[in-house]
Amino acid sequence: MSEYLVDIKNERLSFFTPVGEVKALNDVSIHLKEGEVLGIVGESGSGKSVTAYSLMGLTAHPGKLIGGSLMFNGHQIDQMSDKEMRKIRGNEISIIFQDPMTSLNPVYTIGNQIMEAILLHTDKNKAQAKERAKELLELVGINEPLKRLKQYPHELSGGMRQRVMIAIALACEPKLLIADEPTTALDVTIQAQILELMMELKEKLGMAIIMITHDLGVVASMCERIAVMYAGKVIEYGTADDIFYNPRHQYTRGLIRSIPRIDTKEHERLIPIEGTPVDLLNPPKGCPFAPRCEACMKICLREMPPVTNFGEVHYTQCWLNQKEEMEKGAANE
Amino acid sequence: MSETLVQVEHLQQYFPGGGYGKNKKYIQAVDDVSFTIEKGETLGLVGESGCGKTTTGRTLLRLYEPTGGRFVFDGDVIFDVEKKIYTHMLPYRKRMQIVFQDPYASLDPRMTVGDIVGEAIDVHKMAANKQERYELIIEMLQRVGLNSEHANRYPHEFSGGQRQRVGIARALAVKPEFIVCDEPISALDVSIQAQVINMFEDLQAEMGLTYLFIAHDLSAVKHISNRIGVMYLGRMVELADSYELITQPLHPYTKSLISAIPIADPKAAKASKRIVLEGDVPSPLNPPSGCRFRTRCPYADEQCAQEIPKWREAENNHYVACHHIDRVN
Repeated sequence: MSEYLVDIKNERLSFFTPVGEVKALNDVSIHLKEGEVLGIVGESGSGKSVTAYSLMGLTAHPGKLIGGSLMFNGHQIDQMSDKEMRKIRGNEISIIFQDPMTSLNPVYTIGNQIMEAILLHTDKNKAQAKERAKELLELVGINEPLKRLKQYPHELSGGMRQRVMIAIALACEPKLLIADEPTTALDVTIQAQILELMMELKEKLGMAIIMITHDLGVVASMCERIAVMYAGKVIEYGTADDIFYNPRHQYTRGLIRSIPRIDTKEHERLIPIEGTPVDLLNPPKGCPFAPRCEACMKICLREMPPVTNFGEVHYTQCWLNQKEEMEKGAANE
Repeated sequence: MSETLVQVEHLQQYFPGGGYGKNKKYIQAVDDVSFTIEKGETLGLVGESGCGKTTTGRTLLRLYEPTGGRFVFDGDVIFDVEKKIYTHMLPYRKRMQIVFQDPYASLDPRMTVGDIVGEAIDVHKMAANKQERYELIIEMLQRVGLNSEHANRYPHEFSGGQRQRVGIARALAVKPEFIVCDEPISALDVSIQAQVINMFEDLQAEMGLTYLFIAHDLSAVKHISNRIGVMYLGRMVELADSYELITQPLHPYTKSLISAIPIADPKAAKASKRIVLEGDVPSPLNPPSGCRFRTRCPYADEQCAQEIPKWREAENNHYVACHHIDRVN
């Protein structure tokens, strides 16, 4: 068995749409140990959600896995049938979706929806499941749990619904919790509550978390490891300190530079990343970021750069880094 | 000496919220909001969803009929509900414009970009002939970083950032003085947000525009605004110079709002202490008596439930509405 809880190797996934093949994931490798928190950041369409969904076997219709291997907790996810997958999903891996307004079923009570996961995956009877559902609501900080169990989603506020989603996700004490933009639809003060709750629960239950977000602020406070995705590729991967204090890829640098800082007195002009995100139907031939990159070289337009390692964890996919490291190596010899 | 362009006094906007006769209820979306904006200044307006910031912007442009208050624009009374003065808006629409939040929903999908920008030019009869109209449209598109070939395309052919540029070009077409920017960047990707913010700044410098910049992202608002107003449940709770507001907030709500912003810096994020507010925002149908923030405020007492806190100048140009500033700070 591998040392990792999650071990995705060279995953390729495409959506075969009527207008052509959209290469949503192109050679993505991600691994994660038990109890770790990994952040995946990127713009819309960069493939961050698709990566996580494929790990749960939830790839939507025209999408198809066309290469690579996905290991989770000793299961070969890419080889499993739907029936086998159903035993793992909601049991060993759970997910919290972005929009708590639409991801709960409006015609079932909260209690019903929490108990569903418990009854499906454990041999508890109905009374025990109800007891467990009540415990879960207490765990996620909802008051009057017995009353809430009988309520419907529309009777709760956005923050409360997201708490219910977390309760459902945690029902079977999963080893891995995937959080897909869990706070994007919420206000900042509610976002702070939910993030606090997730960290608390992680300490208590010791699960691993994959946090998908476009907000660098959210990953900075929560994650140990960060993967930066662009156009279906992990273009930089490292610890939080690597990414924020020593970013090497031009895209990561640009992303960090373009965020307005709240604590500066002088008015500094923002430095945006010029250009527009890639059209995945017709991706550029070489590095996908090359058309927007300040330091673009000739080779960037022709070929995809290989991985450059800067240590045990930190790596990028960039020709410039490759060149710099080679020059450094040559100077040392 | 700078001139005041926008002067808002005791603005009130109630929407009917169901019920009949005696039981008729009102959603108190905006209640007793006052502020001024100088010529060439940017006033930021922040708050959580449902706090009334968008309603404030829309009411000023008379997209809603105000239920109370007074609005003076460059010396002319636009509305004064008490005196029943409601000015005919057409000439003022040329001077006040709005950029909407969602660039996907605010452009007519069946009109070309050229016509979307040109419609305003037609309404205000700004072009004498077709040639002039075309030139005006192209000038506006170029101003926002698009070019002449874009004029014949439809909105669906553009990315989100480009659509927002079209929305801005449409607002600029009548050469306004005052623009209400209603969450213009929140639907855009992070790397595109900075482009659009810079463009707003450039346009302001070139054309001497005055902005009311509405957003929930405090760091973006701080970046673009000279002063910031913070709203909570329909009322303004604090208004100050943007740097002062961030560094020395007086109101407990502003404090918690600032501390809740995730900082994109792991060391600073670990060092900072979050003030996590309990509970949710109450319903504007039935807001708490007295201070509307009291149900979530750690400092609330009997006085807060009884009296509505006065809007006062606590320090030089630093306005706040709270009974217990001394105790909070």
